[in-house]
Amino acid sequence: MNAATSRNLTIAFFVLLAFGGASPMVLGSARFPQWLEVVLGGLMSGVLYSLVAIGLVLIFKASGVFNFAQGAMVLFAALSLVRLMEKLPFIVALAFTIAIMVAVAWLIEYLVLRRLVNQDPIVLFMATLGIAYFLDGLGQTVWGSDIYTLHVGMPKEPKILLEGTFEGGILVSMEDVYAAVIAATLVGLLALFFQKTGTGRALRAVADDHQAAQSIGIPLNRIWVIVWSVAGLVALVAGVIWGSKLGVQFSLQLVALKALPVVILGGFTSIPGAIIGGLIIGLGEKISEVYLGPMLGGGIENWFAYVLALVFLLFRPEGLFGERHIDRV
Amino acid sequence: MIYRETGQFKSTYESDQQLFPILQDRIFVVGFLVFAFGVMPFIGSEYLFRAILVPFLILSLAAIGLNILVGYCGQVSLGTGAFMAIGAYSAYNLAVRVPDLNLIVVLLLAGVFATVVGVLFGIPSLRIKGFYLAVATLAAQFFVDWLFARVKWFTNDSSSGNVSAPPLQLFGHGIDTPAQRYLFVLAFVCVFALVARNLVRGAIGRSWMATRDMDVAAEVIGIRPMMAKLSAFAVSSFIVGVAGALWAFVYLGSWEPLAFDVNRSFQLLFMVIIGGLGSILGSFLGAAFIVILPLMLNQLPGWLGIPLSTALISHIEFMVFGALIVFFLIVEPRGLARLWAIGKEKLRLWPFPH
Repeated sequence: MNAATSRNLTIAFFVLLAFGGASPMVLGSARFPQWLEVVLGGLMSGVLYSLVAIGLVLIFKASGVFNFAQGAMVLFAALSLVRLMEKLPFIVALAFTIAIMVAVAWLIEYLVLRRLVNQDPIVLFMATLGIAYFLDGLGQTVWGSDIYTLHVGMPKEPKILLEGTFEGGILVSMEDVYAAVIAATLVGLLALFFQKTGTGRALRAVADDHQAAQSIGIPLNRIWVIVWSVAGLVALVAGVIWGSKLGVQFSLQLVALKALPVVILGGFTSIPGAIIGGLIIGLGEKISEVYLGPMLGGGIENWFAYVLALVFLLFRPEGLFGERHIDRV
Repeated sequence: MIYRETGQFKSTYESDQQLFPILQDRIFVVGFLVFAFGVMPFIGSEYLFRAILVPFLILSLAAIGLNILVGYCGQVSLGTGAFMAIGAYSAYNLAVRVPDLNLIVVLLLAGVFATVVGVLFGIPSLRIKGFYLAVATLAAQFFVDWLFARVKWFTNDSSSGNVSAPPLQLFGHGIDTPAQRYLFVLAFVCVFALVARNLVRGAIGRSWMATRDMDVAAEVIGIRPMMAKLSAFAVSSFIVGVAGALWAFVYLGSWEPLAFDVNRSFQLLFMVIIGGLGSILGSFLGAAFIVILPLMLNQLPGWLGIPLSTALISHIEFMVFGALIVFFLIVEPRGLARLWAIGKEKLRLWPFPH
């Protein structure tokens, strides 16, 4: 399949997606404000998927490891924070949690990655599966396995907006708005870090070519620790937002699994891809759940994202913004 | 001294190509089978059959199926639980809707259904590979989970979503006692292990391995990637489907979709990694390891006199599993089967290392 057909198919996919998204309105089965609420809700949860996905992409770019443990890191970070906050003031607890995540990153590099250099990517992937299991067990052994509520001062009350424009207005959860703002800030900071600092430049160099980066004197091991720490911090932010929304509990891990279809939709190597992929998945999931779910018996949120990503991969195997891969013998 | 091939000359092609070329291996395997079929049913306790041997055998079968896909063909799958579920539920529906069907036919047909779905979800593997494929197989997992939980037809409109297997009967004889169940499963596993062992060393197995090692190169030397990948998906999901049906009918008896959730898929993947990718023997070793380890972990605090809550033990189990996976990948990426092979090599030279 050549590039033009591939592009056309991608466009066709998006047109279909847009039609799918708008169809409930066009067909008249929904009122506009209500539809808008669903769309906004979908986009907001999409932002949260993106947050987890960004962590995945960071690590994949810098070390070629597909980090299945990102979800476990989200849970671990949130659990640490919530339990430390019981004893300590928020700022101190946050500082401790950050220290813990950096320590985890260093341990992963020292105990696992360093010993698996030059192995197949798939071996590294399975190693992160092991890390995920280990972190899950560790988090719950050390911090307990109940459901904890996390209060970080985000407003819980939903607000009614645009009351003048529509009858009844639209209901927007302020928590989601805050989350979106935090996520946007984080992405902005990451972009600054990657573009403007020396370390960020080194990270990008490693992402481009390990060997070349090493040959000009960039210490790979330290870069990996930094990348895993950054991914740990992103996991912490995601964990805080998810945790204050849903409570800190084991099922956070499953929510984080949703980041997988997001990255394959957006492409493994692209941070913008992770963001747009997250938005598409969040949106598609909500709209399908609200308007398609009742027809199919509900609960389709659980698999819709995966099937959407799967269908998309058939058209564009490297995702939206992923690097085109050319095999050579 | 005892274990060596000195003096065993191969004078025909048949003897050169036989499954176990070394006489001592043949004696060992035959002796082992005689023990498993002839002695074990009489000396084993009910607990041994019910809690260890039956789950071990069924999960070995599933692991063999997964190993064909992951270890031999290199297509990572996180959806094994889904294919087991398809086997289990199609066996259930066949048994309920066509009551006169022979049990063996039911189980094999369950495998056929799993094959169809497996090939369907294997089609993306022609376009995508590696991690992308792993995530795509997660789609199968979550979709199938949802399907059996929500679509009431599959569970025969059972209100709780729980279904029970009908009483097991074979040619008019009931399979009720743990020993009978064990023998029934053992027979299945032996046949499938033999079939799988012969498949992977034949032409089709070679095409799988060539695809695994480098699919573009395999294509260049004339292996059709579509045939290789889809046949691996077909054979793998057939075996996994039969294992799922056995798991549901013989081991669980009554079950809900949760029995085949994504954790089951991970468990099987761990068996294959720990046992050894690309090894039939490894599937058995990995299954034994993963079945026995939790039992040991449950017993250990009691033996040591440290009281631990069950929740804590299950969390520690997670940690131990995770650590072991990483440990095995670092120390011996080719798993227990490789250790076994090294042991055999050492034994051939022992006690004269020169």
